[in-house]
Amino acid sequence: MAPLFTPQTLAQKLIARAAGRSRVAVGEIVTCRVDLAMFHDSSGPRRLKPMLDELGAQIWDTSKVVLVLDHYVSTSDTDAQKIVEVTRNTARQWKLPHVIDSEGICHVVLPERGHLHPGMLCVGGDSHSPTGGAFACYMFGIGATEMLSVCVTGEIWVQVPRTLLLQWQGRLQRGVCAKDMMLHTIARLGMNGGQYQAVEFSGTAVTALSMPERMTLSNMSAELGAQVGLIAADATTVDYLRATGVAPAHLQDVSSWCSDEGAPCETHDFDASLLAPQVAAPHSPANTRTVSEFGNVAPGIAYIGACTGAKLEDLRAAASVLRGGRVAASVQLLVAPASAREQQQAEREGTMQTLRDAGATVLGNSCGACAGYGATFPAGSTVISSTARNFKGRMGPPSVDVYLASPYTVAASALSGRISDPREALA
Amino acid sequence: MSMARVWRVGSDVDTDVLAPGAYMKHGIDVIARHCLESVRPDFAGGVQAGDVLSAGPNFGIGSSREQAAGALHHLGVAAVIAPSYSGLFFRNAFNLGLLLLTCPQAEQLEDGASVQLLLQPDGPQVILADGGQLACAPIPAFLMEMVQAGGLLALLKQRNRSASHGV
Repeated sequence: MAPLFTPQTLAQKLIARAAGRSRVAVGEIVTCRVDLAMFHDSSGPRRLKPMLDELGAQIWDTSKVVLVLDHYVSTSDTDAQKIVEVTRNTARQWKLPHVIDSEGICHVVLPERGHLHPGMLCVGGDSHSPTGGAFACYMFGIGATEMLSVCVTGEIWVQVPRTLLLQWQGRLQRGVCAKDMMLHTIARLGMNGGQYQAVEFSGTAVTALSMPERMTLSNMSAELGAQVGLIAADATTVDYLRATGVAPAHLQDVSSWCSDEGAPCETHDFDASLLAPQVAAPHSPANTRTVSEFGNVAPGIAYIGACTGAKLEDLRAAASVLRGGRVAASVQLLVAPASAREQQQAEREGTMQTLRDAGATVLGNSCGACAGYGATFPAGSTVISSTARNFKGRMGPPSVDVYLASPYTVAASALSGRISDPREALA
Repeated sequence: MSMARVWRVGSDVDTDVLAPGAYMKHGIDVIARHCLESVRPDFAGGVQAGDVLSAGPNFGIGSSREQAAGALHHLGVAAVIAPSYSGLFFRNAFNLGLLLLTCPQAEQLEDGASVQLLLQPDGPQVILADGGQLACAPIPAFLMEMVQAGGLLALLKQRNRSASHGV
């Protein structure tokens, strides 16, 4: 008799593989082998080393660890410099083979350097680690103590999540992008609407997206409160990863990294063609409404930065709006490209020049103002930002008002001096 | 069992409120002094060891920085009582030895009230001064064990010791 086929979600398949099982059931708690652990200068060595020394233990497999210096590298104060120094010294002492220092933000440089491929289970010492889900990796954020445990054991526990399937059909209008999709989704489901379950993005509007745009979807699954934000692997995934140098063996048969038809999911349907640019008012990403409702807000700072909003595609989006224009005299436009390599590409193709010609000040390839750890915005400022979070007091003193929007909308607002619909600037 | 004073905060308390970014470069003692200062400026200075914090839904949303849980633990908070938590914060709290009680009726707890915690395996209870009880979701045994050991690091140390003694 043929065995009964029970359809599994992508999340179940990824966890089962890492747990060495043929299948896992929703709700069960299993121990998984970790394929890759990523940490940065804030969550990494400065926190891990004292605990590792206290235990008298060693990292289970340094080849599976990637250290990224991105949080404190653009900050000049001595405390920050000390953290960076401790990080570099520890990396040498531990003989870490994969260290990416001051070359971009962890969630962007990790796939850029070919560290991710479909089927992996990965942890990151940062809440935006679900970004790796865009590559059909079960990747999630953990705190430093749990990272220490992973570093010692190479394992982590996971409760097999339910899957919330976010189905986006139709086609996005020009000037509307993944960031708008996520702000809209967070407004609909709420900041913790993901309930620490798995979110999976599907539908024609998702498969039509490039990898950087898909990364924005997975990235902001963190704001939904999901553990992971997964996207099935397809030809777009393979093409992107092949170009980063991922071994061909890792790119064979990736089409099985998808949810089986009939796998139990809670489905939410969205129509991409109806989506207008979205803006989240202070102080929550869930505080999102359509851009047209914010025409009387006049930001003094327009910020294009972070893993969420300053990837190559985001820079191109901003440039497409700013081309030939000049930002309003009342606005300071700041651009912090998410990675050095992406910035180099943006330089080669003229995107960076377009941004500079429009009046942009270009900042270093780091988390910058988004993390709120170093250079933040001055008291009382009104900011429109392509980043992910606008919590009170995150990007400056509590008096700073941050509006979240897509890079298109940030650019259009910089041009006019008021929060503006980029579709008009692009028309 | 001793009585615990309730400190009450609202919903959607995020990690920037618990561990403000500007102090993240410092140690937990400094971060703890600024814990909740933007919503409860009297908290960090006034909280006593053994007090409990009650909150609305979505407590701990935002960053992975475990100092958000560490600051509460450092201040001696015995437990947080809220209807729901960020999943990432939930893991961090238990890893650091901070007990979180998932209590749908947490918002019935009044600021300044005295309560007792009854930590029974099938579902903890919050006992009110008038004898009323609020039921909380059961906590998996391995997480309860972690909190009782003082957190994941303490647990790893115990295991190391057992292993080196051949137990």
